[in-house]
Amino acid sequence: MKLLILRTTANFLLPLLLLFSLFLLLRGHYLPGGGFVGGIIAAIAFVLHAFAFGLRSTRKLLRVHPISFMPVGLGLAVFSALLPLLKGLPVMTGLWLDEPFPVVGLVGSALLFDVGVYLVVLGVALTIIFTISESV
Amino acid sequence: MLLAVLSGFIVASIIPLIGKWLKGKWSVVMTMLPLTLFVYFLSLIPSLPADQHLLASYNWVLTMGINLSFLVDGLSLLFALMITGIGVLVFLYTSAYMKGDAYLDRFYGYLSLFMGAMLGMVLSDNIFTLFVFWELTSISSFFLIGYKNESTASRKSALIALAVTGLGGFFLLAAFAMLGTIAGTYSIQEMIGSGDQLKEHPAYLPIMVCLFFAAFSKSAQFPLHFWLPGAMKAPTPVSTYLHSATMVKAGIYLLARFTPVLGNVPEWNNTLLIVGGFTMLYAAFHAIFKKDLKEILAYSTISALGMLVFLLGLGTSEALLAMLVFIVVHALYKATLFLVTGIIDHQTGTRDTTVLSGLRKVMLPVAIAGGLAMLSNSGIPPTIGFVGKDLVYASTLSSEGFAIIMTVVAVITNILLLYASVLAGIKPFAGKLPSTLENTRLPEWRLWLPPLVLGIAGLVLGFFPHILEGGILGPALNALVPSAAEFHLQLWHGFNFVLALSAITIAGGLLLYRFFKPGTGASAILAKLHKTSPENIAHLFNRNFRVFATRWTSVLQNGYLRIYILTIVFFLTALMAYKSMTKVVVSVNLNKVSPLTSTELVVMSILIIAIIYAVYTPSRLSAIAAMGVIGYCVCLIYVFYSAPDLAMTQFAIDTLTVILFVLVLYRFPNTSTIQVGRSGYVTVWFHWFLDRWLPS
Repeated sequence: MKLLILRTTANFLLPLLLLFSLFLLLRGHYLPGGGFVGGIIAAIAFVLHAFAFGLRSTRKLLRVHPISFMPVGLGLAVFSALLPLLKGLPVMTGLWLDEPFPVVGLVGSALLFDVGVYLVVLGVALTIIFTISESV
Repeated sequence: MLLAVLSGFIVASIIPLIGKWLKGKWSVVMTMLPLTLFVYFLSLIPSLPADQHLLASYNWVLTMGINLSFLVDGLSLLFALMITGIGVLVFLYTSAYMKGDAYLDRFYGYLSLFMGAMLGMVLSDNIFTLFVFWELTSISSFFLIGYKNESTASRKSALIALAVTGLGGFFLLAAFAMLGTIAGTYSIQEMIGSGDQLKEHPAYLPIMVCLFFAAFSKSAQFPLHFWLPGAMKAPTPVSTYLHSATMVKAGIYLLARFTPVLGNVPEWNNTLLIVGGFTMLYAAFHAIFKKDLKEILAYSTISALGMLVFLLGLGTSEALLAMLVFIVVHALYKATLFLVTGIIDHQTGTRDTTVLSGLRKVMLPVAIAGGLAMLSNSGIPPTIGFVGKDLVYASTLSSEGFAIIMTVVAVITNILLLYASVLAGIKPFAGKLPSTLENTRLPEWRLWLPPLVLGIAGLVLGFFPHILEGGILGPALNALVPSAAEFHLQLWHGFNFVLALSAITIAGGLLLYRFFKPGTGASAILAKLHKTSPENIAHLFNRNFRVFATRWTSVLQNGYLRIYILTIVFFLTALMAYKSMTKVVVSVNLNKVSPLTSTELVVMSILIIAIIYAVYTPSRLSAIAAMGVIGYCVCLIYVFYSAPDLAMTQFAIDTLTVILFVLVLYRFPNTSTIQVGRSGYVTVWFHWFLDRWLPS
């Protein structure tokens, strides 16, 4: 009962914070934001959820172990770095689509890289925090 | 050629797959590996005219000039034949000796690995390839010596052997690095051309010392000999293969290989003479006091190795020939004796010479092999040992300088070695069979055939020494001394002084055996000497070093994170303090400082208060809260100086950090006020210097 306010808030805050983290991720190429801070915000969202509802329900919500975000993120980042090789350009050259997407804006390999960073940061932060809070 | 060298490694890597199948009765199949290689190397002999080398080169690390280049000349072929030839017999012997052993497949894997490494070493022309194979022999021999891994003594002696030979390898690398840099090439053959330049170079002495250290460690020369008797903990096939015929000769090979490059310099020759001469006497004296068959053989091996080094030190064409012959002789008789010892141990369960006797009645073929080996060891005609010993005496007699002393040293050593060989080769078989040994049976042929083959080979080569002469020893001598004269090995030289010396040796040895019985008094003296022996000194060093390491670690790596951080910060601060006191002029241009706004002033004050609070508060929770305040203040400062990106990241990170801290709070140990105070002082000090330092 003590947690009622926290729980109610967390219920609303989780999607909002996640949306905010995505927002930061997407605008990150030209404006303040980016994959790193986006990933941390997302991690905070889940940690908040864990405080309110307990670690088990957060794990249930996530469905996968947070550690699995890391290899996916790293793979995406490496993939985005190697992508230019297919076109005969040096590694890590920025590639951009000609037409901007609605809402998202211009999409390029840099965004893919940022998504990778986002996932790695999220995975690392959640793994550390979950592991520690479980062992306490 | 590459396949021949690598086959040992290939087989070793396949063995885990076929191990189960191999452990059964098919273990004999493994003998095919050395046999094939032996035949292959035999087939190379005719294509080895006296002055030509077969060179096969494969690129490995091109940019560093490291190629897998293999050179087949007389010297390397002699060693390759010995390695594979004795390998055949050891592999065959092993299949019976280790029958039913749970890890027989593993053992064969190590053996193959070792054989491959050994072949690679003697055939390599590139010094770095040689070094790699040299280290591989050390490592594979570590596995072989420590094969009985459930025994503490076995593990310990394996570790000692690895430590000593590994240290030698380290010196070898140093020697090779210097050699390669000075000569400008990594090929040994090309180095021979620039030999004079090398000998006059100021770095010649360091190179020589490093090379000697490596060779002496591998070939068990005084004072690095002590690992060899310890290595006798290994199963007998290992002792036979590694510690009589092949690995311990690696050092001899190294010295011989570099004789044309670096040899014939007084320092080179005299060092070898002194070390080799001392080792052969020292070890021979030790050998006659031992009672365990394997220990006797170990010390007599060290002594023989000393003699080889001694002959290398003489450096004349005759001495080098004597050395080459003696290498073959020693490999033949010592391997025989080891194999015989293994059989005795296997069948009777003891190796104590005071217990064993009369075994000829139950295992005649073994007794014949032991007797033949003893004859060859003692240099009694008509064995090849006699030819070898003649050559040794001839070369000591004709040496310049201390010919008499050297000859006397050689004669004494040989007398003692003869005593040891009688003890190992005749004593267990002669006399009456004690009742305790009556149940002993002749082992199967796979055990007694190998030593018999080796013993007979010694005899045949004695009658027909020219088998060795043209095909292999000639080219081998040419590899050492390009301008060597023609030579002919003969069993019978006619009546001369050398023959007289041989007679003295034989008579002396037999008389010694007849009348000398090592008593308890001698053993006591030896025990006293043991205290100052290099082995003991090394052990003492090891022990004290470990104590030192433990204390050192418990001081530096105490496991307290807070102490680590304290130490790091303390030293950083001290360094900065030193720098800022001595060299740096700190000046702040107050005119350029932007005016302080009221918001900044407020944030700064909060920041400072929070820092002081965080450092000195005894409560952890409030310290963490204060840390959070500090973080947010820093964020605000970022915002003021227009870095919203940074501020945002810092803000998020700080939030997470505080959460983390709260989570791990319960795990922290209790700290006293003293500790808090101590950390506080260091922190404040650090910040003070940091602030002084940053404006500049």
